[in-house]
Parts: sequence; structure tokens; C-alpha cells
Amino acid sequence: MSKSETKLIDENGLRVDGRKLDELRPIRMEVGLLEKADGSAYIEQGKNRIIAAVYGPREAHPKHIALADRAVIRCRYHMAPFSVEERKSPAPSRRELELSKVIREALETSIVSELYPRTSIDIFIEVLQSDGGSRCAGITAASLALADAGVPLREIVAACAATKIDGKVALDASDIEDKEGQADLPVAFMPKSNAVTLIQMDGSLTEDEFNQALDMAIGACKKINEMQIEALKRKYLAVKEQAEETREAAN
Amino acid sequence: MSSTPQLPPIAKVEQKTIVDLIAREKRIDERNLMDYRNLKIETGLVEKANGSALVHLGKTKVMTGIKIELGEPFPDTPNQGVLTVNAELVPLASPSFEPGPPSETAIELARVVDRGLRESKAIPLDKLCVVPRKKVFVVFVDVYVLDHDGNLIDASATSALAALLTSKMKSYELEEGEVRMKDELVPLPIHNEPVAVTVAKIDGNLVLDPCLDEELVVSSRLTVTSDGEGNICAMQKGGMGPFMDQEIRQAVKIAIAKGKEIRDIIRGATGRR
Repeated sequence: MSKSETKLIDENGLRVDGRKLDELRPIRMEVGLLEKADGSAYIEQGKNRIIAAVYGPREAHPKHIALADRAVIRCRYHMAPFSVEERKSPAPSRRELELSKVIREALETSIVSELYPRTSIDIFIEVLQSDGGSRCAGITAASLALADAGVPLREIVAACAATKIDGKVALDASDIEDKEGQADLPVAFMPKSNAVTLIQMDGSLTEDEFNQALDMAIGACKKINEMQIEALKRKYLAVKEQAEETREAAN
Repeated sequence: MSSTPQLPPIAKVEQKTIVDLIAREKRIDERNLMDYRNLKIETGLVEKANGSALVHLGKTKVMTGIKIELGEPFPDTPNQGVLTVNAELVPLASPSFEPGPPSETAIELARVVDRGLRESKAIPLDKLCVVPRKKVFVVFVDVYVLDHDGNLIDASATSALAALLTSKMKSYELEEGEVRMKDELVPLPIHNEPVAVTVAKIDGNLVLDPCLDEELVVSSRLTVTSDGEGNICAMQKGGMGPFMDQEIRQAVKIAIAKGKEIRDIIRGATGRR
């Protein structure tokens, strides 16, 4: 991460996009937007536009990947060629392969996979437009998609990254802050169990800064978790309203 | 696509032994929970490489070879040399390693080692620029796992740093924009010494430096890379289990302290400082 030359915090303590240090970017979530997938969710967080879908539990293919005592969880994090400034090759990069692994592990912690031996639960995350923190937004959406698919979860997983810009710990870096900032600390978290299911870091943080950044990221995950639950409720409220309308029309 | 791994079978009785021992603060190889295995570093075994190091961490063996060659810079960093880290899980190192394209484990391993070196600015890449936009030095760090008995990340990061610290490169002259390499060798500049330390969680207990048998019952691991000033420069959690937030803070403290000890061992073995 390069030492920042652009100023990322102004004299009023506000960031490039006018946010305070501990303020999230605007977030919008939608559940169940895809027809064919068993579960799906869409998230906008800043300029991130990410769609996640879940298939399964379904028969594991190829058969040899199946596990006798639990479901196999498979995960693909993928960025669309048009999701970044310069076209990205659609072939999975080493970064995407690594993120697919850590995201799988982050979600796997939450899934009660022992209920579905010999099956697979497949999670697909497509980044349509990427801004800073796309792996976290991807996890947030994928966990909603799992819930939407009816996969039993210990808890819904929320994720958010903390950062360090102009020497100060801050929350939820946008693209420019991600590039110019001095650290990136993505965290995925399950609030009720107080469990961190993903943590990575790069950059430079003192131990004190790290502890502060971790607190900030966990606080944000708690907020995002509430939004996830609201988004799920909205979907079922819509289903209920639709059912009532149909009933009224029939009468 | 990343898939839940099929772990090699481990006898239930051994699994139980490991967990029971740890509950009594003992380990299957008679270490204490916070003991690191014996760390031995040999350097300069491969003369044709610019630098090399073979690390023995207990029975785990990892060799790193450094090659430094002239190449082109990335368009977005025209004044900087290039650092490339690759890791090979060589099939002779474990019955579970197979030839073929790199597995996600190998990719993760390489990227964690890479992040430590890159984020701590261990190699001052601006000093590796020869002709801006045209010619820079490319530092290839190739991590070769030769015997897998657990904790590959720490062993790999240590061998990479030791190899870099002992690397020498050819000096050069510029003649009318043309690069002329000279026979005289100069040390590769190294400005920081990142050390990765992995803390694993077994049945709710934190242990340092898991061996392979222990890794088979580890629910999750956390690698913390700290630099010469005791700052954290990279972290990576792995495994399907969670970490409580207090456990993370504790692991960070442990890793920074142990990192300092390992750094001293590396310095001693490379005689660089």
C-alpha cells in the first residue's frame, strides 16, 4: 500500500466523500431477486454492485467431492470483466482464488452443514462493479443468499473492513481510500456468538491501531447485521402482501 | 471454485489424544502450548540462485530460492522494481500434494508470504529501477516446500526472508541508455524484516506452531506478520472455525513477541545485521 500523497481527510475531519471516520458508505440490500437460484441477494455498498446466489443443498458433483458426514461447501468469488477501471480478464486471478477460499471459510463457520451429508451447497458471488471492500460486501450478500435459500445457519454473517487513512483508523474504505490508505483490515463477524469468521490484514498498523480498527470493524458488522435482517424481513413482508392481494382478488 | 477440503483421515484415538493433551496444556510432541519447534536456517545452498535458504522448522523443510533478473516494470509503477512470490507444494513433500496447477493452498501460502514482504516494504522497490518505464530488476521469490510437517506459512515466510537477506545481485552501468551488467556482486537492499507467526486454535485453546498431526484437528489458525518495528503488516485467518475477538488480540500479542525472537534467529543465521 503506497504512502498517501493525496489528502484523504480534510481540515474538518471529513473524508473525500464527506463521511466521518467511523461512517459507513450507503448500503442497500435486496433478497431473492434471482428466479432460478435457491437463494439470492444483491448489495450496493458505495459503488459496489454485487450479486450472490446459492444452489443447494444438492447432489454433490463430481461424486468424489462428497463428504460422508456433512455437506461440501463450494464458493466462487468472481469479478466481472467490466467491474473495474481497466477490463479484467474473466479467468480467475490468484486474488480471486484466494478470496474464494477465505470467503468459503468465513461462511462455512455459520452453516449447519452436518444436516446435509453427501450434498453440496454452492455459493456464487459476482462482483458487477467493484469499489473498496468488495470481499466484505460479497460475504454480506452471500450470507443473505444462504438464508434466502433456507440453508440452516447458526447466524447470519456480516462483514466490513476497517482502514487507515492519513494515519487515522477509519471504517469501510472506498476505492481511492483503499489504494492510497495505509492499511486494510477486512473482518467477517457473527454478532450473537461474538465470533470472527474472517480476518485478513495488509498495510501497517501498531498493536493499538489494530485493536481500535478491529473494534470499529466489529461495530460496523453489528450494524450491517441489523440491515441484513431487515432486508430478509422485507422479502417475506412482500410475499405476505402478495398472498393477501391474491386472496382478496379471489374473493 | 473453492471447496471444503477432504482432510486426510486421522485416527479418532489420535485426535482425542491431541485434544486431551492440550486440555492439560501439553502437546503430542511434548511441547508446551506456546513452544515453537526448533528452527534451523541454512543459507547459500544453491549457488546458481541469487540467494537461497533452507529452513527446518521441526521436521518441516522449506527452501526458498531468489532469482533477480532484468525485466519490465508494471505500467502503473514505472519507477519500481517488481517482486513476485510463488509457492510450490512439491509432490515429494507430502502424500497429499499432487503435481499440477497450484492449489488454493499454494496460492494462499504465496500470497501471505508476499503480503508480509510487500506491506513491510522489506525490499525498497524504488531502488531496483534501472531505466524508468523500461528496465527494472524483477525479484522472483520461489518458495519450495520439501517436507510438510505443519505450519508451512511460518516456515515459508522465514525461508523467504532469510534467502532475501543473503541475496546478491550483479551491479550495472548505464551506457547511453543501455544497461551493461558487471561481474561485481552487491547485496540486494533489504529495509525491513517481516516475520510470520501462526497461532492455531485447537478445542478452544491457542497453540503456537502446529505440527501436521495437530493441523488435522485445528479449527482455525491466525497468521500475524510483524515487522522490525513491531508493527503488524499482514494477517490471515484460515480454517473453518471462528476466533473470538479477545483470542485475536491475544494471538497478535503472542505473534509480535515470538516474531521478535525469530527475527533474531534469522539475523544470526544470515549474518546480515
